Amino acid sequence: MTATTDIPPAVAAAPPRSAFGAAFDRGFEILCFASATFLLTALGGIVVSLAIGGWPAFQAFGFAFFTSAEWDPVQEIYGSAGAVAGTLISASLALLFALPLSFGIAIFLVELCPPVLRRPIGTAVELLAGIPSIVYGMWGLFVFAPWFAKHVQMPIMMSAKPGTLWEKITTGVPNGAGILSASIILAIMILPFIAATMRELLLTIPAQVRESAYGLGSTTFEVIRKVSLPYIRTGAIGAVMLGLGRALGETMAVTFIIGNAHGFPTSLFASGSTIASTIANEFAEATGVLHTSSLIALGLVLFIITFAVLAIARLLIGRQANL
Amino acid sequence: MYRKIVLGLAACLALSACGQNDGKKGDAAPAASGVQISGAGASFPAPLYAKWAELQKADTGLALNYQAIGSGGGIKQIKAKTVAFGATDKPLKPEELEADGLAQFPTVIGGVVPIVNLPDLQPGQLKLTGPVLADIFLGKVKKWNDPAIAALNAGAKLPNLPITVVHRSDGSGTSFLFTSYLTAVAPQWASVGASDAVKWPTGQGGKGNDGVSGYVKQTPGAIGYVEYAFAKQNGLPQASLQNAAGQFVAPTAESFAAAAAGADWTKAPGFYLLLINQPGAGAWPITGATFILIHKQQADAATGKAVLGFFDRAYSTGDAAASELAYVPLPAALKDQVRQSWSAVVGPDGKPVFTPAAK
Repeated sequence: MTATTDIPPAVAAAPPRSAFGAAFDRGFEILCFASATFLLTALGGIVVSLAIGGWPAFQAFGFAFFTSAEWDPVQEIYGSAGAVAGTLISASLALLFALPLSFGIAIFLVELCPPVLRRPIGTAVELLAGIPSIVYGMWGLFVFAPWFAKHVQMPIMMSAKPGTLWEKITTGVPNGAGILSASIILAIMILPFIAATMRELLLTIPAQVRESAYGLGSTTFEVIRKVSLPYIRTGAIGAVMLGLGRALGETMAVTFIIGNAHGFPTSLFASGSTIASTIANEFAEATGVLHTSSLIALGLVLFIITFAVLAIARLLIGRQANL
Repeated sequence: MYRKIVLGLAACLALSACGQNDGKKGDAAPAASGVQISGAGASFPAPLYAKWAELQKADTGLALNYQAIGSGGGIKQIKAKTVAFGATDKPLKPEELEADGLAQFPTVIGGVVPIVNLPDLQPGQLKLTGPVLADIFLGKVKKWNDPAIAALNAGAKLPNLPITVVHRSDGSGTSFLFTSYLTAVAPQWASVGASDAVKWPTGQGGKGNDGVSGYVKQTPGAIGYVEYAFAKQNGLPQASLQNAAGQFVAPTAESFAAAAAGADWTKAPGFYLLLINQPGAGAWPITGATFILIHKQQADAATGKAVLGFFDRAYSTGDAAASELAYVPLPAALKDQVRQSWSAVVGPDGKPVFTPAAK
């Protein structure tokens, strides 16, 4: 292998070897090309099969599949709007909670942490990423939800003044299951991904850059705000989108704690559903053609949303890089 | 960091590759020594089928590979002929069986029980009727001290507590049985209908029996429904229901057996019968059997023989195991009727693949 590439042209011109070398190179090229296109083909295949599988649903309901929140397996009427709303709301809330926290973790670990604590905290954050989502689901349902109901939900519901908007968005069953709880569990789940990536990014900042800023007399806060964060801005967007992507597709943990009601969620404590939880709930027992195909169509919708998120991330990163 | 990830991935791949190899070896071994049959479907009877298989394996060497993928999955798999038998909690109608050339028979009986979280009441003290239960699940009866509930529970201390309805979020035979019951006894439930997943007018959805009982336990004033076996094993406080004879009965093995005994299976082609609201003073009103689906025309007579032989042995020797796991065995008369129906399952030569031993 190295022989064929390293030998100077004059020596390599020996006829039998060169023929073999050329053939080998060609073969190697094809192999590399195949590996590169394999994923692309698989991706295309998934999109096409989702579209074919969901076609009966799109045909039966038309555009209403995207705008209607009706989900009635008995009457066979299906619309994705409720699940899409649940997915977007829970994922955005999760990001809202996870983002400041993961920034804090990463900055602390890189800039402020005493060396003794660096390893244990870093490992703990990474371990958090290794907990299976079903465990989060069980923990969320049996441990977190009762605690949340007693110490967060009930006090908020009791203190809400009747007739206000606040009262409207905080009504719900007082057992800790609903959109907000699901978002908090999601936030805990995506936290390690964002924090770990963020930490790696902060570590890539050359020491001179930071030291020069300190040399100019900046405080720690100023260095972080004016030097470190702008330096990693591009990568940080990528990290956030990675977390968002995970939050959008998370299934088991959400299914356990979101309350699983179809339709638009009406308050923070109300039950809702996400695309992934609806599919997980109903796919195994769906027998009707329309039911199955509506669930596959939901899968396609989720795929499109995730794809859009990644595309936006790419766009943002590209724009940042050009500045 | 990246190196760590790469190393970790490599280790995972290596491990899973080893795992696959082991699996292949493991699968190959019993196939060489005895017959192997595969089934897929309902998760409700899965623990029992596993137990039956374990009991029989020592005697017959028969290995059963049962995948609890849900009734819907079981129906799809048997139609696609990827398994020797399918299992479903929701029986197929005779015309559906006809269309795919399938035979259907019940294996064991179970039922659905309402569970409640009312701290002031004794377990089993609460009495409900079908129509009131329907009104609760429709969201029409909103408080526990509603006159409709109070009228049925004279003397009970009913709290002024909002009712929280908890239902199954996943498609399930349990929901099918429960909504079928409400459809049968309460005209107002017709707006929702009966299916393994419905558009619930109110309440929260818990995933699986675990999810429902979890929500009910954590919410004072909640009412939900779970499989009888699950409720019994977990000691959940149940409600009594009024049956077709007008009696209030508690869910027990006896009341399920009474419902099965009262049913007339001879007039049910393909054993298509839900034991909903059966006559009999002691019958529990939300009872149902779980079913096996098998192709009438077997491409391989040996496989068909092994499947029917398995259930024949299970009928003869498996009742104790069923009761132990809180399932209710079929009445003896029904078992014989099922055995007779197996003559419709034939091999490529047109002869029945399995003939039960004469008694």
